[in-house]
Amino acid sequence: MEDLGLWVIPLAILGGAIRVSTPFLFVSLGEVLTERSGRINLGLEGTLVFGAMSAYAIAYLTGSPWLGVLAAAAGGAFFGLIHGLICSLPRVNDIAVGIAMMILGMGLAFYFGKPYVQPVAPDLPSISFGWWSDIPQVKAALRVNVLFLIGAVLAFAMWWMFRATKVGLIIRVVGDSTDAARAMGLRPTLIRTLATAAGGAFAGVGGAYLSLFYPGSWNEGISSGQGLMAVALVIFARWNPIACFGAALLFGGAGALGPTLQSVGFSEGYYLFFAAPYVLTLGVLIATSSPTRAMTGAPGELSITK
Amino acid sequence: MTDQTASTPPVTSSTNGSLGMVARRSEAVLLPFAALLVGFAVFSVFLLLQGKSPIEFFSLTYRAGFGTAFSWQNTLSRTAPLLFAALCVALPARLGLVVIGGEGAIVLGGVAAGAMGILFAGNAGLIAIPMMVASAMLVGGLWIGSVGALRYYRGVNETIASLLMAYIAIALMNHLVEGPLRDPASLNKPSTAPLADSLRVGDIPGWEVHWGLAFGMLCCVLAWVLIDKTTWGFAARIAGGNMRAAQVQGLPVGRLIVGFTALGGALAGLAGYFEVAAVHGAANASLATGYGYTGILIAFLARHNPLAIIPVAILLAGFEASSGLIQRRMDLPDATTLVLQGFVFISILMSDTLYGRFKVFAPERWRSA
Repeated sequence: MEDLGLWVIPLAILGGAIRVSTPFLFVSLGEVLTERSGRINLGLEGTLVFGAMSAYAIAYLTGSPWLGVLAAAAGGAFFGLIHGLICSLPRVNDIAVGIAMMILGMGLAFYFGKPYVQPVAPDLPSISFGWWSDIPQVKAALRVNVLFLIGAVLAFAMWWMFRATKVGLIIRVVGDSTDAARAMGLRPTLIRTLATAAGGAFAGVGGAYLSLFYPGSWNEGISSGQGLMAVALVIFARWNPIACFGAALLFGGAGALGPTLQSVGFSEGYYLFFAAPYVLTLGVLIATSSPTRAMTGAPGELSITK
Repeated sequence: MTDQTASTPPVTSSTNGSLGMVARRSEAVLLPFAALLVGFAVFSVFLLLQGKSPIEFFSLTYRAGFGTAFSWQNTLSRTAPLLFAALCVALPARLGLVVIGGEGAIVLGGVAAGAMGILFAGNAGLIAIPMMVASAMLVGGLWIGSVGALRYYRGVNETIASLLMAYIAIALMNHLVEGPLRDPASLNKPSTAPLADSLRVGDIPGWEVHWGLAFGMLCCVLAWVLIDKTTWGFAARIAGGNMRAAQVQGLPVGRLIVGFTALGGALAGLAGYFEVAAVHGAANASLATGYGYTGILIAFLARHNPLAIIPVAILLAGFEASSGLIQRRMDLPDATTLVLQGFVFISILMSDTLYGRFKVFAPERWRSA
């Protein structure tokens, strides 16, 4: 085996970007769908963790990882539905409800997940795109999970949906102006609730990826804020699904920085590198927010940008 | 954020006579109390579905949290950091801000206090103790104050920013405690060097509860005075009701936002100081036990009223104090408390929709003819 020297680091970050980005991608796509309809769901962190737990438990009990993914999507849709229904009540603060749903989601996931910390559940399959290379690191970096590919396809599909389909247009109208939507005979509350439920299902699938592929086990620290970062990433991506895909890759790379440096023997400042994704998210938020102008691309009814 | 009616009550006029005042005040007490009971009820159904007895749960909670002198000590010791953590949510909430990252200020305040305790170890307590307190408050204040500054000057959402900064703070603490500040003697659990006995905070005489509780309650009273009785508090409430109108009126909105968030952060930093100087004796990972997150729920249950924070914090501290016994006796996972908190939190937020719906609470109904 030839010595790759420091080339290991960019290679591992690339591989890490592909491996780590998938949960970011699914959560942010779900949040784009929800926010485009004019509602914010800060609770997706809890949904992500609950999705990770339920996917792992079902995959372990049935032996099928895909049933686990399905269970995570169903659980996520349920959480989204509850969030959507509560936020439909007049004068209820959707940001605070998101925090409460985050606490409840994590609480329920830890509560029911306790017996599944030890057992081993089957992994989701992945496809090797590194067959052309003899270098094991390249092969490892290009071992791409099926969910990543599905997420990439979904990003483009959602972009097309918002751009060219009736459903996409309806969601955008509801998100931009409740009054305009009512005037068109649409039912804004119903559409928002459905969009929130669908967004929750996406976040649940992101959680399934965490527990069933990478890192591929269930424990209470499995997400540590990835759902929240993905919500912040949506602002950065300007509510554009394809930009979400790029941003998820960027964040995945940042997330891979800590473990990568650790694997090549950097132990100094180990914890600081683990903070890299949070620092990056904050930096990106600061750079893309504005105190005066309404954000370009922001849905008009969104409470976070008003 | 436009919908502020839920988190900041309107400035009350006292022209409706005393009965009307009582009616309005009782709405603010009875509705959260009812929501708390509904949360408990939903949690009871949850336990029943698991085949566990809610009666056993609540009676164990009562016994381990409030039943004996010893359990009161345990509960009150846990109340202190919760008071500060809840103030860190309630003060910015007056301006309509939802700051949820108090945990970060607690953690870093604790580390700052621990570091100062080592730095000034040779000095008398007269110098070292004020340095520890000041550094904890300064670090906490800067941490959460910058969330307020980012909100006002850059338009960054304070909820997301503060939670991200809490994660960053915990990573920073781990780095400092396992790296530059680590006491080589702490093998299993990396810590800063233990504080000298002269720098430890003792118990309130006759109580066996550390002084943090008394200071926490004092801070709640002072925060109430600040909000209810001073022009700054009045200005903050105006700004919380309508930010743009406040700006048009010439109120210093930017300074109010930075000031209130920094004050909340400084108080959370003080919680970190008491955790280090009164409970752990050194700064270590035990600082990040989630007090900051429980504080969010307390502040919302208290409707961001600093005086109401005191009883609510004691109640929730009792639940936390009893969780160990409940885990052992009822064979429930430790996350049970989190599930209960989630149900109560959602119930209390849903109750926001009910304000003004019940005619009984309307001051007009009680106006003397």
